[in-house]
Amino acid sequence: MKKEKVPILEHELVPKHEVLGEEAVAELLDTYKIKKEQLPKIKLSDPVIKEKEIKADVGDVVRIRRESRTAGKALSYRLVIE
Amino acid sequence: MGRRLVARGKEEVMEKLRDVELELEEEITEQIKEDFLPLELTVTSEEMSELFTEEAYAEDIAMMLGRAEEGEIKQGDIERKVNKSGLPEKIKVELKKKLKAVRTELSWEKLDDILSKVVAEYEKAKVDPREAVGIVAAQSIGEPGTQMTMRTFHYAGVGAIYITLGLPRIIEIVDARKKLSTPTMTIKLLEEYASERNKAEELAMKIQETHISDICNIKASTEDKSVWLSLNEKELERRYIKREEVKAKMKDMGTDVQVDEMGDGQLRIHKEGIESFHELSKLERDVSKKLIEGIEGIKRVLARREPGGEYVLYTVGSELKRLKNQKIEGVDFKRTTTNNIAEIAEVLGIEAARNAIIEEMINTLNEQGLDVDARHITLIADAMTMDGEVKQIGRHGIAGEKASVLSRAAFEVTVDNLLEAAVHGETDALKGVTENVIVGQPIKLGTGAVELVVGK
Repeated sequence: MKKEKVPILEHELVPKHEVLGEEAVAELLDTYKIKKEQLPKIKLSDPVIKEKEIKADVGDVVRIRRESRTAGKALSYRLVIE
Repeated sequence: MGRRLVARGKEEVMEKLRDVELELEEEITEQIKEDFLPLELTVTSEEMSELFTEEAYAEDIAMMLGRAEEGEIKQGDIERKVNKSGLPEKIKVELKKKLKAVRTELSWEKLDDILSKVVAEYEKAKVDPREAVGIVAAQSIGEPGTQMTMRTFHYAGVGAIYITLGLPRIIEIVDARKKLSTPTMTIKLLEEYASERNKAEELAMKIQETHISDICNIKASTEDKSVWLSLNEKELERRYIKREEVKAKMKDMGTDVQVDEMGDGQLRIHKEGIESFHELSKLERDVSKKLIEGIEGIKRVLARREPGGEYVLYTVGSELKRLKNQKIEGVDFKRTTTNNIAEIAEVLGIEAARNAIIEEMINTLNEQGLDVDARHITLIADAMTMDGEVKQIGRHGIAGEKASVLSRAAFEVTVDNLLEAAVHGETDALKGVTENVIVGQPIKLGTGAVELVVGK
């Protein structure tokens, strides 16, 4: 059988994930006056990262563009952990 | 791809700049160059198109020339002004629609006035700092929860698929159970399959697990030490399975397995080296368990016509991972979901699990005729998925991981928690609510979080 990868990011339940650049991370942490570790987490073994949908490593911050019921669109961030 | 788009975006900027140069002469071009060229273009193509719209550009230039906000208000002006307001997307969309409807009656002052009032109202509606949102969420779900029936099971449509609903379902979700009492998948189909009943039903049968025992009578014969299968033609037809497929599947069982077609339509399965009755009955068991078609664990599949005219498959049993890996033609995996949140977390990731928690909880509450604000449920979903995995709200999850000893002890298994803390010599910083209530101090919430300092 033909092995065709199912792109997880295209599933309707999965919002858009993208890795944040260093400067953007610094800006984010400064806006909320927090440390990286205070962000919500995403595991390195998470399918979105593991199946190479996005390229991320431990310590990276992933920006998630959520569809929000109340705001329409919302940004959220997760720190990649082991 | 991304890099090329960025490069193209840069070209566009340059092109625009050239146009501007011609139009505005030298004095400000130098200024623009200084402002724009050092820009490191690491934005995505999407953001790029948002940033460099015709309107935005015209605005920036108009601003520099000091001739903005005069004359007639155009659609683009409203668009631009609202976009800059920093309001949430949904409010922006609504506001734009309403403003555009009265565009001709607006003046620049009125527009600014309306915008600042909307922003002020929005700021007012925000949750105050230090407000106990968790407690509010708990109460907001707890109170309507008392009106839910304790044991409600429900049919999904015409067929006899049971789904746990009501309070038991809510408990299942917040407990982050891995084994559900009624796991079910909702499989959406690709267009050509979704519109035709026959195709949808054929696909349903392809997904439903079919074992040998479902489609034929099995007899073990001690005479020739073989297992005899008499296929049930009706069942085969109903399940869209061909005789040859059954034969091929049986041959897969091993190189030492021999499948013969006998004269009366029966299949004889013979395995080499079978001597004892015990071995024969083992072969019989193996044969009857052999999966002919479908996904192991999917007990039943029903095709149902949705109000929109689309056929959707509902299953008894949930195997999202197997469904994804098998890639059955006709299944629209991108729109396929399950009520098992643990499976979603495993196959689609933590963000999908968060969405699934919200969807499932809101649907369960709505089905019972209860209307809970999505924000409370969102908060619960956020708390449950905070650490990158789905955690239950309870002793083994969020409440069990609190930093405070007293808080943990107050929640459940008091003695165990205190003993454990004593053994490890834990300290309690008295920062949370529960601990401070226990020791009789004001809690650090709402007004309790603010301390007054008199004088300098």
